[in-house]
Amino acid sequence: MNPEIAQYYRVNKLPHIWCPGCSNGIVVRSIVEAIDKAGLDQDKTVIVSGIGCSSRAPGYMNFDTLHTTHGRALAFATGVKLAKPELNVFVITGDGDCTAIGGNHFIHAARRNIDLNVILFNNNIYGMTGGQYSPTSPTGTKATTAVYGNIERSFDSCKLAQTAGASYVARGNAFNTRQLTDIILKGIENPGFSFIEALSSCPVYYGRRNKKGGPADMLKWQRDVCVTQAAYDRLPEEKRAGKIITGVLHHEPQPEYTAEYAKIIEKAQGGNG
Amino acid sequence: MSVTSLKAKLMQGNQACAEGAIYAGASFYAGYPITPSTEIAEILSERLPQVGGRFIQMEDEIASMAAVIGASVTGAKAMTATSGPGFSLKQENIGHAMITEVPCVIANVMRLGPSTGGPTSPAQGDVMQARWGTHGDHPVITLCPNSVQECFELTVKAFNMAERFRTPVFIMFDEIIGHMRERVVLPEPGQIPVVNRKKPEVGPESYKAYEPVDETLVPPMASFGDGYRYHVTGLTHDETGFATTKPEKMAAHLQRLHDKINNFLPEVVDYEEQSIEDAEVVLLAYGSVARAASRAVKDARAAGLKVGLIRPITLWPFPGEAVKKAAAKAKAVIVAEMNLGQIINEVRVAVEGQAPVYGVLRADGEPISPTEILAKIKEVL
Amino acid sequence: MRDHWEIRFGGTGGQGLITAGVILAEAAIIDGKNAVQSQSYGPESRGGSSKAEVMIANDSIDYMKVLAADVLLVMSPEAAKKYCPEVKDDAVVIIDSTYVKDEQPVKGNVYRVNISLLAKQEVGREVVANIVALGVLVGLTKVVSWDALVQAVLARVPKGTEEMNKKALQVGLDAVKGLIDAA
Repeated sequence: MNPEIAQYYRVNKLPHIWCPGCSNGIVVRSIVEAIDKAGLDQDKTVIVSGIGCSSRAPGYMNFDTLHTTHGRALAFATGVKLAKPELNVFVITGDGDCTAIGGNHFIHAARRNIDLNVILFNNNIYGMTGGQYSPTSPTGTKATTAVYGNIERSFDSCKLAQTAGASYVARGNAFNTRQLTDIILKGIENPGFSFIEALSSCPVYYGRRNKKGGPADMLKWQRDVCVTQAAYDRLPEEKRAGKIITGVLHHEPQPEYTAEYAKIIEKAQGGNG
Repeated sequence: MSVTSLKAKLMQGNQACAEGAIYAGASFYAGYPITPSTEIAEILSERLPQVGGRFIQMEDEIASMAAVIGASVTGAKAMTATSGPGFSLKQENIGHAMITEVPCVIANVMRLGPSTGGPTSPAQGDVMQARWGTHGDHPVITLCPNSVQECFELTVKAFNMAERFRTPVFIMFDEIIGHMRERVVLPEPGQIPVVNRKKPEVGPESYKAYEPVDETLVPPMASFGDGYRYHVTGLTHDETGFATTKPEKMAAHLQRLHDKINNFLPEVVDYEEQSIEDAEVVLLAYGSVARAASRAVKDARAAGLKVGLIRPITLWPFPGEAVKKAAAKAKAVIVAEMNLGQIINEVRVAVEGQAPVYGVLRADGEPISPTEILAKIKEVL
Repeated sequence: MRDHWEIRFGGTGGQGLITAGVILAEAAIIDGKNAVQSQSYGPESRGGSSKAEVMIANDSIDYMKVLAADVLLVMSPEAAKKYCPEVKDDAVVIIDSTYVKDEQPVKGNVYRVNISLLAKQEVGREVVANIVALGVLVGLTKVVSWDALVQAVLARVPKGTEEMNKKALQVGLDAVKGLIDAA
């Protein structure tokens, strides 16, 4: 392992449980690189996760780490951050964890604009349980619970986060790690609810069943369909179909929850807050 | 009375619970509005920031329980309060707190159920939910006050036990106790001991987050942000805190969760006896019903009937030994509870057939009166 | 003088009967007595039935609910019908004749007082009917001292309404002065 980032891993807990070809490890690396670049105090940084493949990541990360219950990571993280606002709190979650069972916590954490850095590993499938369709599975996806094809429409979790009140929203992918690290870093710098969707890939349960090829093919697909907003705007109309816009999608600083609560304490204690 | 009445106040049960939390050093509350517990949230939303603590109204009951656990791992003494349906929603994360050994307090002000039931009507229908509501094998500590004074004192005790045993602790009272106002005398700071959690004495390099270091079997707990960089997971884990699937490690983990409480039952189990020495009829009641039972005992004694009362203060662990001992000399045991038969089954187990066990059971939103209990006493004698 | 009082207030949500119960219990605490106040209420904040109960004793109070009232105050026909039978033979029964018109078959010593109307006409606000009622109740029973009652009322009512509430108490007391003197 690159010695510059080895300190952020619990090296003795490796190898990880993820399947060969899974891109979760790539996304985790971008997270630790962003933490390193931001210069965060490792002892004051907490990683919280829910349940699912990506939520196993904190076990390999050398911080205070809290592996919680399915869908509830944001609610646990809200408790961590509000009780001790000086901590830098990251939430690692998956598409099922964040947008299905945890959907309510997702929109409300965004609404509060509490200073959490949320990285959603979106692989469009429930991997840990063996390949059931998720709220981000595209219509038509084949899954173990959609053998005839998924008839549901999928969430755009970035639009959801923005509409719910997140002050920073970005999307990246496992192919373009430089961009991914950069948008996570910008999220860390935003004092508020920062939401980063990281397109990830599950060759075993999503790719195989949906004829997306092997691990490399799935990353190449990310390379081909992902464009920045600026690049998208330059594309001729006929080439825009099927493109996924990446980069910073929304950034509008808003009052942060724990900072506002500090004023409440001051007011309650007789200050002028 | 003239001296103490200087500090005497009329206070509601829910308010006493909130003030007890402040006295115990609580600095975090997360909750969701639900009758008849809401006053606890309302009062703490005002009181906690006054003492530098923090209150948050979460989006639902599940999130409230999650936030409480999150706060507790940073070192805060944290609580939430709810009623039956909300207690059900919290159960998943209560299981997480059980296996991760995160201290916290959950107050459940019981109303008539199932479901929305009678939101403003008293009941004691969550006794078994407290015991087995969450999934898997786990011990529980559940305290049950019968007065406003006890709402205060047992909330302090609930926090103390949560920290002492590193476990969620329930305090459960019925709507009558939660909403009634009664004369209380609040203790001065220091008058009731306040227990704080055991912190590691070793540095991060030799800290094993789930390794007990003494006969309590309770591992010292570092706070997030203190530099220990440890892992908390709801997966079964070994003494390092990391997940394991080794059967012997999984067994040892779950066994220790039981032993850390069951090895100390005399310290945990609490109950009160009234006129039990020569009792031919033993009553068992808790919460507000115990007050009706206490009155029934006095009325029965005045009528020359040898009746006594056992009042569990810890519903869980259940004071089975005391019940067994009293039943050995009794002609009958009567259990009065505001449900259609919950703790009565625990009593039957404890009595071991030494005496017949009868119920005065009621689940219609009305309190059980001393008259009803007295009538049952006369019927069985 | 009784050393154990079971007092019940029955009426409609919004009449302030739970507040009245709380004030009476607080007055008892000020007098150095023991007190328990409890209530039952429906989901409505206004309208619906409302019941408040207060136990006052010199020593400990076991059961917190009224079995047979020593004092009953009713301010709605429904409450009168429901609670008038559940009183002791020598109970003090106070009926707000503004709302309870029909003859009730009751035990105890019955006092009919136009409580809500007095609040409206003599004090100017019907909202203080509960305070007028407390003046009537304490005037008739002396269950708490008058000073403690005034102190408890003033501690509980909104700032700026102290004078109105003091007047309400006095209106209640005056309404039963003749009745007490006659008794």
